[in-house]
Amino acid sequence: MHFKARAGGKLADVKLQTALKKLQGNFVKGRADRITELDNFPEIRDAAAEIRDRALANLDLYLDTFEKNAAARGTVVHWAETAADVNRIVREIAAQHGVRKVVKSKSMVTEECGLNDALIDAGLEVVETDLGEYILQLAKEPPSHIVAPVVHKTRDEVSDLFAEKHNAPRLTDIPALCREAREKLRPHFLSAEMGVSGANFIVAETGSTLIVTNEGNGRMVTTLPKVHVAITGIEKVVPTLEDVATLIRLLPRHGTGQSITNYVSVTTGPRREGDSDGPEHFHVILVDAGRTKLIGGDFQAMLRCIRCGACMNHCPVYQSVGGHAYGWVYPGPMGSVLTPTYVGLQNAGDLPNAATLCGQCHVACPVKIPLPELLRKLREQQFDLKLKTWPEMLALRAWGWLAAHPWLYGTVMRIKVRLLKTMADERGMIRSLPFGSGWTDRRDFPAPQGRTFREMYKEARSKA
Amino acid sequence: MSARANILARIRTRQGKAVTPRASERETVAREIAARAAGPRPGMPADLQARFIERARNLATTVDELPDLQALPRAVATYLQAQSLQPSAVCWPAFADLDWAAQGLSVEARPAMANDLVGITGVFCAIAETGTLMMCSGSDNHAVTSLLPETHIAVVPRRRIVSGMEEGWALLRAELGAMPRAVNFVSGPSRTADIEQTVTLGAHGPYRVHVLLLS
Repeated sequence: MHFKARAGGKLADVKLQTALKKLQGNFVKGRADRITELDNFPEIRDAAAEIRDRALANLDLYLDTFEKNAAARGTVVHWAETAADVNRIVREIAAQHGVRKVVKSKSMVTEECGLNDALIDAGLEVVETDLGEYILQLAKEPPSHIVAPVVHKTRDEVSDLFAEKHNAPRLTDIPALCREAREKLRPHFLSAEMGVSGANFIVAETGSTLIVTNEGNGRMVTTLPKVHVAITGIEKVVPTLEDVATLIRLLPRHGTGQSITNYVSVTTGPRREGDSDGPEHFHVILVDAGRTKLIGGDFQAMLRCIRCGACMNHCPVYQSVGGHAYGWVYPGPMGSVLTPTYVGLQNAGDLPNAATLCGQCHVACPVKIPLPELLRKLREQQFDLKLKTWPEMLALRAWGWLAAHPWLYGTVMRIKVRLLKTMADERGMIRSLPFGSGWTDRRDFPAPQGRTFREMYKEARSKA
Repeated sequence: MSARANILARIRTRQGKAVTPRASERETVAREIAARAAGPRPGMPADLQARFIERARNLATTVDELPDLQALPRAVATYLQAQSLQPSAVCWPAFADLDWAAQGLSVEARPAMANDLVGITGVFCAIAETGTLMMCSGSDNHAVTSLLPETHIAVVPRRRIVSGMEEGWALLRAELGAMPRAVNFVSGPSRTADIEQTVTLGAHGPYRVHVLLLS
């Protein structure tokens, strides 16, 4: 199903609309408030974009350096070309260590891979432990936001879900629901043999992986089970710990409107001699799964992305329809660029058009990704690959030809504005446009005043 | 060809580079890492300790004074009593020899387990910019003690308050040489806002973080 069809249903969903209103209030205002704490915010933002570009410019060598330093601390580094490879590698690690239960901290890369289903098919028990992801696992739904996965659900829905799935009295107070989840999940942390996490960054200098979390489940997953597997995209590498310090000034501020997340956890290798805690085995899986397709071309800037979610929080389209309308793992403007580039434009429906190109996403991006420009490039590719409907292709081609012939263009426009003026009602609005019902079905079209800009300009010039 | 070789070759080919990196490219990367160039820093007040306290309190961390280490048992007993919490805890070995019993406390120097309610730790250092505790794991610095219990009490020597994360890393390199298994930056009690964006303290980690500032 295409974006447009799904979006229609989402606009009519009253509960979803209420939930999305809150997102704007909290995350958008939160970011605005928190960046004022940084008196030199523009310089820090420039530096953050530069760090990501520096890493991408020599990506192969930074990954090589990360691998060497990680291996030197006892980490086993795996490389996965596809989602299927990721699932295979995790299953192999699980089999090697006799794993029966896996606890997971939030990871969008594993959503890309469909890892949970792959592990369940292999006979493993998989428990999501981020509260939002746990709720979604119970409800059998995908996340609708990369930072706040369950933003589309109301408290009442969570109360019903917990009462049913936990077979327990229905609680309605949010802290009580949180405690209920804590008490349900604590035994899983203690009994699981494997923890699976993502990584917000991997650090070449030290061979470390890093996650930012608030709940503490990420720390449990990376500390308690005997095996820890961190799964992350190859683009997440940064050169040094100093670079981490700069990026951490921006990631939580743009993600959740926090100066810093509760936990920033940097893990380097398995437990050391004499340590009483930490995993005995630490594996890192570096994932391509479409990322190398973005390297070196028009879309490389997209790989700067640090997955904060600010672009979707600020997007008028996301704010209106939520994340599920986008159809794949990544929603909002970043998703509308990533989905077509990872899975192919022909498989991405009309996502490049799921934007108004208002520019808010570019303004809000902490690493200055020119998202509207990338979306526009994808629209051009749609046209070049003939992925648009034939009337649309024909219209664009005709307009393109007309625009390249200025005299004819002027003449046609002079006729058109006069014609449209005659169609206006007493308010100067057109209620129904021939061939333009997509516009006028739900709103009126303001009628032209009767003359083109070029006519008026010419007249003004001759008077002067 | 291995997945590794394929991925690295794709990166290089797409960037218009020869499949085998030149020595000069390796030098560039080694130099960029060795430079450890610091990014632009936000303005900070001169009084780092006051800034740490202000930011920590904003994050729902409570802060109290500790004149000397011998006073720790009394400070812990007072805090637990005020919070109506049970007088038992686990602590890092560094605090094993303090006279806990004299304050009516039962404190064991071992890593926290699932049912321990209070964990007492030190810190590697503390970061004024964000009101954050920097915790490094090690044989005597159990990571679980600041994680599993519902209450985390941290002793923060005033002289270990540094400006930003950069100073934390510099201190780590100078004192520990290499990265410990885990470095955890802790900024207040664990929290979640997943249900209706309502911030709730105490998700999977502690409900309370209490800092005792050691003079």
